[in-house]
Amino acid sequence: MSKVLEGLRYSESHEWVKVEGGIAVVGVSDFAQAEMGDITYVDLPEVDDEVAAGEEFGALESVKASSELYAPVSGKVVEVNAALEDSPELVNEDAYANWLIKVEMSDPAEVDALLDAAAYKATINE
Amino acid sequence: MAGFAYFPHTEEDIRQMLQRIGVGSLDDLYSDVPDGVKYKGEYDLPSALSEQEVRDWFASLDAKDVPLKVFVGAGAYDHYTPSVIPYITSRSEFLTAYTPYQCEISQGTLRYIFEYQSMICTLTGLDVSNASMYDGPTAAAEAMKMAVASAKKKNRVLLSKALLPNVLHVVETYAKYAGIDLGYLSAESGQTSLADLQEALAAGDVAGAIVPSVNRYGIVEDLTGFADALHEQKAVLVQSCDPSALAVVKSPAEWGADIAVGDGQSLGIPLNFGGPYVGFMACKTEYLRKLPGRIVGQTEDRDGKRAFVLTLQAREQHIRREKATSNICSNESLMALWATVYLSLMGPKGMQQVNDLSYAGAHYLDDALLATGRFQPVFDKPFLKEFVLKPLVDPAKLQAKLLEKGFFAALQTEEGYVSFCVTEKRTKAEIDALVEAVKEV
Amino acid sequence: MKYYDKLVFELSREGRTGYSLPANPWSKGAETLPAALRRSTPAALPQVSEVDVVRHYTNLSQMNFGVDTGFYPLGSCTMKYNPKINEEIAAMPGFQRLHPLQPACSVQGALEVYYEMNKALAAITGMSLFTFNPCAGAHGELTGLMIMRQYHLLRGDVKRTRVIVPDSAHGTNPASAAVCGLEVVVVKSTPEGLVDVNDLKPLLDDTIAGIMMTNPNTLGLFEKEIVEIASLVHACGGLLYYDGANMNPMLGVVRPGDMGFDIMHLNLHKTFSTPHGGGGPGSGPVGVAARLADIIPVPKVVRSSDGTFQVVGASEKTAGQVSGFLGNFGIILRAYAYILALGKENIKLAGKLSVLGANYIKESLKDAYKLPIPTVCKHEFVFDGLINDGAHDEVHGATTLDVAKRLLDFGFHAPTIYFPLLFHQAIMIEPTETESKETMDAFIEVMHKIAAEAAQDPTILQEAPHTTPVRRPDETRAARQPILKFGDAAV
Repeated sequence: MSKVLEGLRYSESHEWVKVEGGIAVVGVSDFAQAEMGDITYVDLPEVDDEVAAGEEFGALESVKASSELYAPVSGKVVEVNAALEDSPELVNEDAYANWLIKVEMSDPAEVDALLDAAAYKATINE
Repeated sequence: MAGFAYFPHTEEDIRQMLQRIGVGSLDDLYSDVPDGVKYKGEYDLPSALSEQEVRDWFASLDAKDVPLKVFVGAGAYDHYTPSVIPYITSRSEFLTAYTPYQCEISQGTLRYIFEYQSMICTLTGLDVSNASMYDGPTAAAEAMKMAVASAKKKNRVLLSKALLPNVLHVVETYAKYAGIDLGYLSAESGQTSLADLQEALAAGDVAGAIVPSVNRYGIVEDLTGFADALHEQKAVLVQSCDPSALAVVKSPAEWGADIAVGDGQSLGIPLNFGGPYVGFMACKTEYLRKLPGRIVGQTEDRDGKRAFVLTLQAREQHIRREKATSNICSNESLMALWATVYLSLMGPKGMQQVNDLSYAGAHYLDDALLATGRFQPVFDKPFLKEFVLKPLVDPAKLQAKLLEKGFFAALQTEEGYVSFCVTEKRTKAEIDALVEAVKEV
Repeated sequence: MKYYDKLVFELSREGRTGYSLPANPWSKGAETLPAALRRSTPAALPQVSEVDVVRHYTNLSQMNFGVDTGFYPLGSCTMKYNPKINEEIAAMPGFQRLHPLQPACSVQGALEVYYEMNKALAAITGMSLFTFNPCAGAHGELTGLMIMRQYHLLRGDVKRTRVIVPDSAHGTNPASAAVCGLEVVVVKSTPEGLVDVNDLKPLLDDTIAGIMMTNPNTLGLFEKEIVEIASLVHACGGLLYYDGANMNPMLGVVRPGDMGFDIMHLNLHKTFSTPHGGGGPGSGPVGVAARLADIIPVPKVVRSSDGTFQVVGASEKTAGQVSGFLGNFGIILRAYAYILALGKENIKLAGKLSVLGANYIKESLKDAYKLPIPTVCKHEFVFDGLINDGAHDEVHGATTLDVAKRLLDFGFHAPTIYFPLLFHQAIMIEPTETESKETMDAFIEVMHKIAAEAAQDPTILQEAPHTTPVRRPDETRAARQPILKFGDAAV
């Protein structure tokens, strides 16, 4: 049974968002990492890249699969989790402690359109 | 069955097999095929030939080909093939294997590909190589796509006009359908123009440039300033190289190139009337994720033994489907083995000597041809084993005379020059005989 | 197979050589080049003797499994026997020494091979003209799609930028389409595994360049509605592309040209018996219908009115140039030798015998492996894992991967696994016409034995292979900490 943290917002494509002021911390859910299996590579944007809600911003790779990451919110990338470059397995170990990118949101209202923990739990149990 | 060597089935086998399947005849196995599309005619083909008849048929065709001493390069070089190579590459464990999907019973293939990658890396000076591609021109086309994929939102690639004609044509074809814009760098002096590059870069839309190492005129290009100019615009430098020449000329890494491609044919692979050859492709680590094709990596097995596997497959077409940067799903594995065995035999010293002999022979021929008074020099630039001259005689008559004397030489170029190439296979006596033949024109 | 753990670099000793070159009659060498153009240090190639090289690569070969080693039932790959006379033909010194740019008058024999091969493939497929420039099946697909796009572009029909691909297609199809600048539109399969004509109809409009199909499809099933599909696609102005990866069972039975296909590729390394070489070289000639003949890539071989053969390097309507020269001549020689050896009588039989073998194995193993599509198959078929995987719960049973690895212990190559994607535990088996009943019976017996082992104690499978030189190398580690050349540090 995959872990779904209370207090975070989720997208249907399995990204989570934690809002810290005007910054959105973005990661993938425990469900997503479990579906992927051993993650071998995390492809992330560069700082200062613009991302748009619903559009691709990177990808997770395992030995036999590749899965695109979709931005849950729009804005400018202000930080990427550099530790994942050499240690992609951190996402497998704890998908919530190991965020992917931080985005300075251009439209914080976009967060409201995301799922809450209960709604997300319902989608993955379908 | 009337008995055919490649089909082991006896009449009794077929009867028993049909019985287990529960159908009455071989034709019943096609009951799902609508009658309207079935082919009821007889193929317009000869009847089966015996093995001797097959051999004789090809021998009769082979006899129609004229044996010539080859003094032309232009992307296919008549270097010597040591006898060890066909001996090894015809081992059926290598020859009749598929792509090494089942790594436990493919360690032979996987290991030689790893060795091949290592050799391409040391020749180019770059960090990573793929397991090989179809040929040099298609590798250049893949490099063009890689340049665009690496450069966010820039869609223009510059090509040196000094690239081999077939490299230009293939890159142009791939670009047309992929919707990539091309620009050109002139090479009127026999060397790709840095000024053209700087001017083109000013527009800010360039993803990369493809320039030759040793160019279509045989000239060793001086790429001083190219990498810096491109990198300043976050564009990549792709070098198209003859890997044999890389043993002596400045490597792509030394010029600051990000990606190197070329045709491995010059590494002991026979001319084969144009194929099979092998394309190579290497790059800096930062472009690894965009590198198309198969890659072999080292790891350990369950018992801690060193083992080799196909790796980083999540980049590839069978997983990414329409999102892959390339559709290539194989390599030219056996030809990569040809190159690997060749480089193992030659080592650094053998490669040096091959280039020394080619260089010395080509310069000897150049001097001798100019002395005949039938040519003018074109470029005053350092060349390796290939060069062009301006003919003062009718080039068609020249080539016809040389053919009559048993030489393939003086290839006419688009620019109106004639091109020559000398490898270590050409003896001094053959070169002298070629010059004598020229004097008869 | 015995484990041999050397790389050629590890045999290297300073000063050892494995080559033999003539003495340099001239005093100078490449060091005469300006220093600024020369490399500063020699490449770090191995320094080994000829004996070292021969033993090393012989040892490596002994860790490899080929068609000559044993049964290779790899679905979708058509691993038929590679006749040895073909190797002899390809190695004829007269052919090997020909430079690709030699004047046509000096290569009439080689050009005649191209000409005759075109005639033979046209007869077998019902297409009009072939280009031999593509070096592989995927390369042929790309070339075929370029021809498709050029056809529309020449008519000024620029909005046809989408191509329909069935959801069961080889992964290469959508990748080739994307590389060719086409947007992929997926058409669904029916529960029976065939293209759903009702799903196709609404997709057909004036933005469709064409459809890519393989028939029989990747499930080994004949697309029965092909005539209707062809007329629907043609009616909307699109072209039909035939992925010839599965041509083998159609030999002598159906010709793609007669089914309505306009463009197709063949894999000479599958249907026409040329060796796979550990992943290449192959050859992927592309055939077209008569109305597309002007569009094929250059260079191409033509026959003049005086009966001589010429190479044409440029043409007004051509789709372009897709490879360095005329094609993988060495592979074309082998394939033509195969066609001559079989002749019209045996070519017709090859397809039927391949279908016989596939159905025989399918019927013999369906008691132990799940058979999702029970109808008559063509040259290959798919199982969806074991019927009894030995699990006492939901997660601990033997998987398809385990079955594949266990097969290696018994001296068989594994089938294709986890493809097609429609079945989660897919095992795709293709025996080809060159395998005897005894070979297939031995395989069937082993597959039953493995199924029995799984039911009893799945760990035997999960720990397999037990007898190979290496056992289940760690692929995750290979991808996370890539070591891609000799001397790379293990991170």
